Amino acid sequence: MLKRIAMSLLAIVACCLCLEAQEVSSVPQIKEIDTLQYLENVIVYGRKPYAEVIPAQTLGGKKLEGLNSHSIADAIRYFSGVQVKDYGGVGGIKTIDIRSMGTNHLGVFYDGIQLGNAQNGQIDLGRFSLDNIEEISLYNGQKSEIFQPARDYGSAGTVYIKTRRPKFSGEKNNNFNVTMRTGSFGLANPSLRWEHRFSRNVSMSLNAEYTYATGQYHFRYRKKFSDGTIAWDTTAVRKNGDVQALRVEGAVFGAIEDGKWNAKFYYYDSERGIPGAIVNNVWMNSQRQWDRNFFAQGSWQKRLSEKFEMMVNAKYARDFMHYHNPDTTLMLVDNKFWQDEIYISSANKYTILPDWDVNLSVDYKWNYLNSTLTNFSYPQRHTALVALATARTWHRFKCQASLLYTMIDDRYKTIYQGQTLARHSKWMHKFTPAVFMNYQPIQRYDFYLRAFYKRIFRMPTFNDLFYTDMGNANLRPEYANQFDLGFWYQRLREDGFFTGLKFTADAYYNTITDKIIAVPSGRGQYRWTMMNIGKVRIMGVDVTARATMHLARDFNLDINLSYTYQKARDYTDPEDTGFGGTYKGQIAYIPWHSGSVVGRATWRDLDVNYSFIYVGERYSSSCNERSYHQPPWYTHDLSASYTFTLGSTKFKVAAEVNNLFNQYYDVIINYPMPGRNYKLILKFDF
Amino acid sequence: MKFSHKILLLSILVLALLGSCREDEVIYIKETVPVTQPEYTSVDGFYLLNEGAMSRDLASLDYYNYSTGEYERDVYTDANPTVVMELGDVGNDIGIYGSKLYMVINCSNKVEVVDKRSVKRIGQIDIPNCRYIKFHQGYAYVSSYVGPVVLEGDNSDDEDVYQLGAVFKVDTTTLEIVDKCVVGRQPDELDIVDGKIYVTNSGGYSQGSKIGYENTVSVIDIETFKEEERIPVAINLLGCKCDRRGILWVSSRGDYHGTPSMLYAYDTQKRRMVKTFDVRAGNMWMDGDSLYVISKEWSYMSQGFANGTYAIINTKTLEVVNENFITDGTDARIVQPYGIAVNPITKDIYVTDGLNFVQFGFLYCFGQDGKMKWRIRAGNIPAHFAFLGDNINEQ
Repeated sequence: MLKRIAMSLLAIVACCLCLEAQEVSSVPQIKEIDTLQYLENVIVYGRKPYAEVIPAQTLGGKKLEGLNSHSIADAIRYFSGVQVKDYGGVGGIKTIDIRSMGTNHLGVFYDGIQLGNAQNGQIDLGRFSLDNIEEISLYNGQKSEIFQPARDYGSAGTVYIKTRRPKFSGEKNNNFNVTMRTGSFGLANPSLRWEHRFSRNVSMSLNAEYTYATGQYHFRYRKKFSDGTIAWDTTAVRKNGDVQALRVEGAVFGAIEDGKWNAKFYYYDSERGIPGAIVNNVWMNSQRQWDRNFFAQGSWQKRLSEKFEMMVNAKYARDFMHYHNPDTTLMLVDNKFWQDEIYISSANKYTILPDWDVNLSVDYKWNYLNSTLTNFSYPQRHTALVALATARTWHRFKCQASLLYTMIDDRYKTIYQGQTLARHSKWMHKFTPAVFMNYQPIQRYDFYLRAFYKRIFRMPTFNDLFYTDMGNANLRPEYANQFDLGFWYQRLREDGFFTGLKFTADAYYNTITDKIIAVPSGRGQYRWTMMNIGKVRIMGVDVTARATMHLARDFNLDINLSYTYQKARDYTDPEDTGFGGTYKGQIAYIPWHSGSVVGRATWRDLDVNYSFIYVGERYSSSCNERSYHQPPWYTHDLSASYTFTLGSTKFKVAAEVNNLFNQYYDVIINYPMPGRNYKLILKFDF
Repeated sequence: MKFSHKILLLSILVLALLGSCREDEVIYIKETVPVTQPEYTSVDGFYLLNEGAMSRDLASLDYYNYSTGEYERDVYTDANPTVVMELGDVGNDIGIYGSKLYMVINCSNKVEVVDKRSVKRIGQIDIPNCRYIKFHQGYAYVSSYVGPVVLEGDNSDDEDVYQLGAVFKVDTTTLEIVDKCVVGRQPDELDIVDGKIYVTNSGGYSQGSKIGYENTVSVIDIETFKEEERIPVAINLLGCKCDRRGILWVSSRGDYHGTPSMLYAYDTQKRRMVKTFDVRAGNMWMDGDSLYVISKEWSYMSQGFANGTYAIINTKTLEVVNENFITDGTDARIVQPYGIAVNPITKDIYVTDGLNFVQFGFLYCFGQDGKMKWRIRAGNIPAHFAFLGDNINEQ
């Protein structure tokens, strides 16, 4: 099965390449980094910005719109090298793991500024809807463009989410959009957007979205005997997966001479049920969670002289979380958490020579966590970051090197029975480097070799350090080292059958050392502590291919393939070998093989999108034995949309069928995913 | 290549992907592993209940057969392959009474009842958040964290909400719950002596809240099935084993900060505490006049793991007779000592290692000389033992 898929993927890629090779092209080379991708709304001012050394995987524009995705996490599944941890349903947590390094090593940037969660370090991308999103990009290592805040250098992998920028045609100064989505899980999901142009240089957008879903769906678990007959088979309804959420977002965009600025706010208020794990005799849970997230941020950027360019970013964020367990068969829990973050950054680029830039960025960040937990530590973290980076181009060779200096001061209290016994301050600092290279061997061909090395760490989160009776204040940072070697190739033509062809392949080796893991700390399963004892080595290959085809008049086809092979092995305990051991076992929830196929056909105003996701067999523990085995899963999704104009109003009708073949599966063990489900979308633009 | 060929090629690819089908998981049949030489005594074997990490639904039952010297994994699913979602989530206690084997499955809110020899399922008793089980004259007594919810305080800001626990009385012939007695908060292990049930109240859920831990043992009169009194012992109690002279051995977990885990001996006849032992007591096993105690704990004060405890206490002299019954250095290999049992005839000592709780643990066998005889991988968090045989105290 695995082999068949892998072979099919390779076969089509090989065929595409062969076909292409037969047709000798004489079209002049197009030097755009990636014209295949929809870079519709890049604001270019002054001189062309220094291009990235290694381009990102990007989803945007109509392609993103065509995917059957509710959230950003659903869309990111189509990138290679990525695993989504999905607890199922509309309101379930969805976190992202890049190249098996763990969720905490991923930085998520929303309109240029990182989303923080000092409490547990995880960003639930299931909460970010695609309603207002223009483009999502994924970078391994870091965005290899040096003119960026120091914080952008501070993760092992980064996802950039870019919200819609207002665009106005002709004399129009107002754009309105009304969208209604409905479908399975009792979904009601209206959204409104208003875009307004104040002047030639200043515009704004206001966007509100409400989501309601009962979150109920059927799921099925079954097992069979070795002869294939059914041992047991049960179908039930997933309950307590309801969610209601309101999102309001506003932004002002301005252009100035040789520069630009923007300011925005984001507010999210939600209540959801936590459906929990399905285990023997327990088919329903009743935990609830409330979240309120607010942030306001601004960015200003200007070329101050021919050689000097400056960018300033600032942000304030406040997050509230309330968790309640009313179930009397379990521990009654009613905890509230408040987080604050203040962030300010300055990036300064100086052009020494036309092909040689240096950048110095300085950031400061403050985090605070407050909670109703007893004996809580009330931790604060001051982080100062300084990044020095340089980018150089020698003919067809591009190189970027950066050094990040991180200084962290954690302050917390020891409180016992209401008395503050001690105040602590823990200080640490680190240097971490990164090098990115790109080489074009032959000028005539869009063929590039690329390589990078990066060493970075993630700090233990406040939960790791201070969670009452579980945290361990002595934790050290967890390190990720990455080595990557790859190439990309692209062919673009104006006519012919294949209008575009792109192929990328990367091989990588990552190590995670001092990995922070929970260790049992005494009698019973309620007691754990966190320790820096894990070691993981990851060898992987990411392959992507894209072909755009012109099949007939007005009939275009766009096919994207991605495939990932990963051997992510647990090197924590060399003694733990033999049957049931974890040494060199594939780590939890990382499949050896995974991939996706997305096909999009357009004929005039009709758009049909088909997508397939495959996640191969994996284990829910690095003990790779049958009790932890999880079979492969794969889903087929289909959608179609039709756009038409009546008067000055543009209408779009779209219908989606997800999990077409009604396959029942788990991503996380005992968290069942929905079977076949539907969605209907109506959009009006005027 | 013609246009139609290209279409054909694409169609083939799409069909190949569509045609793929997902395979169902196969139920676990018994895995039999030879371990050592057979041994013939009145003890036929023992069951080992693997707890299974929480929310994984991974509780499993293994059996060691003395007459073959073989270890058998997953005997429950082998005997009951059609039970939906298998044995359940977190097996917390096991006991044999009459012809039946009882497994207390904590997070599945049930006591699973099977035939003690064939392991064929007889039925289940639904008891929410059930913890430990003991038997007496045709009835099973099961401690549970679930009792009435109590509100204390005058206004909503100052209110403390907590829940009392209970001991359920179950008829072992009909498997029906016949009565329930409310005790303290989060009651754990229980034992029965002289017509009275002693159950330790932990108060573990209130850790850190205003009311704090419980510190008592509840005494229930079996005749009236009413709580008679509460004996104050220490905070956060857990283990409770009675010896043949009526001394109740009670272990406390401490508060993981300043107060360490301790062991207490209470004389149920003289109704007074007779001795306190500065011994870290995690899990205990009573064998004749010997109490075996193991533990290994994280300390917040030292921010590290203390050395493991592997002690034997003489219950007659009330003295620690052996501070480490493992003599060959194997204790250094044991990561998380979890379960303990002693063969009533051969006196071989069995210790389980939970390791990191997310993989298969080990079962170690030691002779009375403290030297390891063998070890084998059991299931996920091997923990609770029940010996099977005629004319032995199977609990």
